[in-house]
Amino acid sequence: MDHTAYTKDMFEKVKRDEYHADRITRPTISYWADVWRRLKMNKLAMTGLVILIIIFIMSILGPYISKFDYREQDWDKINLRPNKEYWFGTDELGRDLFSRAWLGTRYSLLIGVAAALIDFGIGILYGGIAGMASPRLDAIMMRIAEVVYSIPYMLVVVLISVVFSDAGSGTSMFVLILAMTITGWVPMANLVRGQVLALKEYEYSLASESLGASKGWILRKHIIPNSFGPILVNVTLTVPRAIFAEATLGFMGLGLQVPKPSLGTLANDGLAVMPIGIFYQILIPSILISFIMFSFNVLGDGLRDALDPRLRQ
Amino acid sequence: MAKYILKRIALAIVTIWAVITITFVLMHSVPGNPFATENRKIPENIMENLMKKYGLDKPKSEQYIMYLKNIARFDFGESMKQDSETVNQIIARGFPVSARLGVQAIIIALIFGPALGAIAALYQNKAPDYISMIISIIGVSVPSFVLGSFFVQFIASKVDWIPISGWGEFRHTILPSIALALMPLAQFARLMRSSMLEVLGQDYIKTAKSKGISRFAVIMKHAIRNAILPVVSILGTTISNLVAGSFVIEKIFGIPGLGQFFTTSVFNRDYTLIMGVTVFYAMVLIAMMLLVDVAYTLIDPRIRLTKEGH
Repeated sequence: MDHTAYTKDMFEKVKRDEYHADRITRPTISYWADVWRRLKMNKLAMTGLVILIIIFIMSILGPYISKFDYREQDWDKINLRPNKEYWFGTDELGRDLFSRAWLGTRYSLLIGVAAALIDFGIGILYGGIAGMASPRLDAIMMRIAEVVYSIPYMLVVVLISVVFSDAGSGTSMFVLILAMTITGWVPMANLVRGQVLALKEYEYSLASESLGASKGWILRKHIIPNSFGPILVNVTLTVPRAIFAEATLGFMGLGLQVPKPSLGTLANDGLAVMPIGIFYQILIPSILISFIMFSFNVLGDGLRDALDPRLRQ
Repeated sequence: MAKYILKRIALAIVTIWAVITITFVLMHSVPGNPFATENRKIPENIMENLMKKYGLDKPKSEQYIMYLKNIARFDFGESMKQDSETVNQIIARGFPVSARLGVQAIIIALIFGPALGAIAALYQNKAPDYISMIISIIGVSVPSFVLGSFFVQFIASKVDWIPISGWGEFRHTILPSIALALMPLAQFARLMRSSMLEVLGQDYIKTAKSKGISRFAVIMKHAIRNAILPVVSILGTTISNLVAGSFVIEKIFGIPGLGQFFTTSVFNRDYTLIMGVTVFYAMVLIAMMLLVDVAYTLIDPRIRLTKEGH
């Protein structure tokens, strides 16, 4: 056997390729792209999102698609069942329910989203300050929040609506939103405070602090962006609560000022004609409210699961 | 433990005081006076007498102290619109009705909600899980007034022995209780499912199983007893949310409860009645939350253990 055929100089050491070793072979996925990827796999949450988008678009376009104005009364055509001319029928004043239903959806969504955003604003401020403040101020602020939170939500909402609205003619949008946010901000404040207390102990907060950053800067640049996930979930779940509260108010006769419709006042009008055998008038706003609540709830749940993979079962 | 309970009682008292003060300030910041809302004109001397009768001629600070004193004696004054009836009488008439409805609804929710959640967790990702989660999603999404009116339309008007409205017998209470119960039932089921899943993954469940205890005993004694704690912890808030539901349910089913009076008093601007009912409800609810919180610390084995350790 000829072993001499392979000599040492015939071999060459493979050079370590620094470039290939460090190269990232898969595209980088940002945190939010990853969340979106996980959310997309959740069929229920995506159903909710699609329904919400459809309802949202219809709440903008719906009133214009119908050829009847939402205020226009036609006394010859009262309590018509849904038909070719009036897609959702007419109410007891002969008004077109199609444009009224979608306009009502618009106002309900507007109230819900505005209330959620205001809760979010107050919650971030209050919770952020409490979390960053001295333990003593924090304790005082949290006691106050606790007292506010123990006041039954609906009682306050009703009380505010009663006081700031004229008898019989309903409540203005501003008052409705005020009523819902006056105690509604507490859960958000609690959430933000909890996040702040946890995140301010992290190394990046410490690093920022040692570089001379102010508390406000750390809060704005490090803590809030990093707790955005749970905050977003909370906002998503606050919207249906506000819409539900508005619908309940509308049902009690404290809804939006006439002739403006909201889903709650439409349902209330529908209830009034139910004893004479007309059911579609309460059915339509009921379905819309239920779909909105369903969509926000499943979307919020889906977001929570997508943001925290550990929770996924 | 005693310290915690005392602290909770103090907090409850402060909260009730806050509610009373907020109610007072809000009601007295209403523009105009409560008797002028009707279209008819009231003669000067009668108006003066009316103002005197309700103490509205005194300075605000004096009225406030009077109001606090009266509430301390559980006297909510006289209704401004319901002739010659005191708010106390109205509460005494309406509250038992509302309370019965609320208690029945909570019992239904507490029996079926956690059971549904526990079954869902035990059969995770199988048919029972999906079915109970569909029920609970519907329960969370469909407001009680929608459910109530559907019940009236499809059940009460079809089935003879279930009346559409009214009050007095047990059969009157069936549909409203169920309509009121579905929302808390769904919340309990969702919460129970997630906490049950967490508990089932714990080591002590494994220990219990490896000791050879039957599956039934493991579930009943080890899993459910621990998993039910989060449900108990939200019970107070749930009861408080039930009140809003009862307002509309009572309206739909024509039940002569406190919610009915509250809704009409809101509509009539009957300020003493609104104030009285609000403060009364707030007191009841805050007392309930206090009870639930104290009960929670008593049934949570972990809290009990730390107490014995000291």
